[in-house]
Amino acid sequence: MVSHDIQLTDTELDIILNDLLELYGYDFTNYSKASLKRRITMLISNDRFPSFAEFRFKLRHERDYFNRFIEKVTVNVTEMFRDISFYKTLRNDIIPVLATWPMIRIWHAGCSTGEEVYSMAILLQEANLLHKSLLYATDINPAVLEKVRGGIFPLSQMKQYSENYILSGGRKDFSSYYTAKYNAAKFDSSLGKKIVLATHNLVSDSSFNEFQLIMCRNVMIYFDKPLQDRVLHLFYDSLEMLGYLALGSKESLKFTDINKHFTQHENREKIWRKIS
Amino acid sequence: MAHKNNTALLVIGGSAGSLAVVLKIIPLLEKDWNLSVIIIFHRKASEETTLAEMLSTRTAFNVKEADDKDELVPGTIYLAPPDYHVLIEREQVITLDDSEKVNFSRPSIDVTFESAAQIYGNKLTCILLSGANADGVEGLKIARSRGAFIIVQDPACAEIPYMPKEAVNNVAIDFLLTDQNFEVLKNILNR
Repeated sequence: MVSHDIQLTDTELDIILNDLLELYGYDFTNYSKASLKRRITMLISNDRFPSFAEFRFKLRHERDYFNRFIEKVTVNVTEMFRDISFYKTLRNDIIPVLATWPMIRIWHAGCSTGEEVYSMAILLQEANLLHKSLLYATDINPAVLEKVRGGIFPLSQMKQYSENYILSGGRKDFSSYYTAKYNAAKFDSSLGKKIVLATHNLVSDSSFNEFQLIMCRNVMIYFDKPLQDRVLHLFYDSLEMLGYLALGSKESLKFTDINKHFTQHENREKIWRKIS
Repeated sequence: MAHKNNTALLVIGGSAGSLAVVLKIIPLLEKDWNLSVIIIFHRKASEETTLAEMLSTRTAFNVKEADDKDELVPGTIYLAPPDYHVLIEREQVITLDDSEKVNFSRPSIDVTFESAAQIYGNKLTCILLSGANADGVEGLKIARSRGAFIIVQDPACAEIPYMPKEAVNNVAIDFLLTDQNFEVLKNILNR
């Protein structure tokens, strides 16, 4: 762990959040303060700024540095088939219901580098549903969407992903889905052709379609409660009746009044169905 | 009337060999104490989540695995879930964070000590126990600089002495926890 010479104060954080809003139109004011302070302090330390003022100056005056800020301050850690029991439930309980719709639309909100989008594409292909599906993958950060487009993930992760895949009910040879080259695993292009990419900011952008499944796992943990509530209303408005909302394993609908319109999946996985 | 403990938040960090010590600490907690507890164990994501149940049989406090945005309620022990860091908001609410590992660990003890120190300052008590990695030491330094009370397990009593030893060598300690002085620890927490 880096010893931080500069520890961002609450006032300094507010100054930065104001700058981002005024100069770049990005509203981070309802992000988790604890997480933002930690990430920005780490950025100031890693980029070796001698003072807060110098950091602020660069952020205000260099668009490229703003792009770096977005990349470093938003968290882009994700995995394929993360949470085995969750993916088992998707495969066994949810996908068969999705199959009954003539056309399947899924929204991966805050998709980061796309590991979950490709996991979903694999599930759909194995259920012979990918041809009638569209996977909308959106993120606030345009740089990560480029990675989703490539479908290339670190080869070093494949052992773990293969294990997750098998434990969550996958029966194929996981390596049949990618070609290994140097340190990279390039996933089959047939998996990528139903993925639609777009930048979308959950804070400021509105609903853009209706979906049968919205996946937003470990994204809202970086938001405060009022913003979580607002985003959950956005998801509600973006779901078809009887559509599903899937959250991360430590997230819930307990802080929002929208929960009365949802019912949780019977096995208590973090999957809710829109019932009214 | 509830006690007014000096310590509002107790954060316990431990790695290999620390569970047995935690099982001796949490029976000391009394129901009416006005403090919350967060326990950070290094553990694998694949491990079953029965740990909270097991701990709850040993203490008068409620025990739960932390969910995102849980309020820190007195009389409750929050267990860091595997694969998430635990951060504390100014409103005394937990934020979970799945960013990069720190010291090869997620949850990382450093991350929670540091975050808790920023919010609780001298109302924080940190305990660092047995372990094979130096996680927690940087966090103790920051907590110390913010006025927190620092307790470290005596390396001579720790199953794996590396972690407490690193702490003792690098941070000024307020109290060294041995196998014999758990009653003193109880008095410290109850002041």
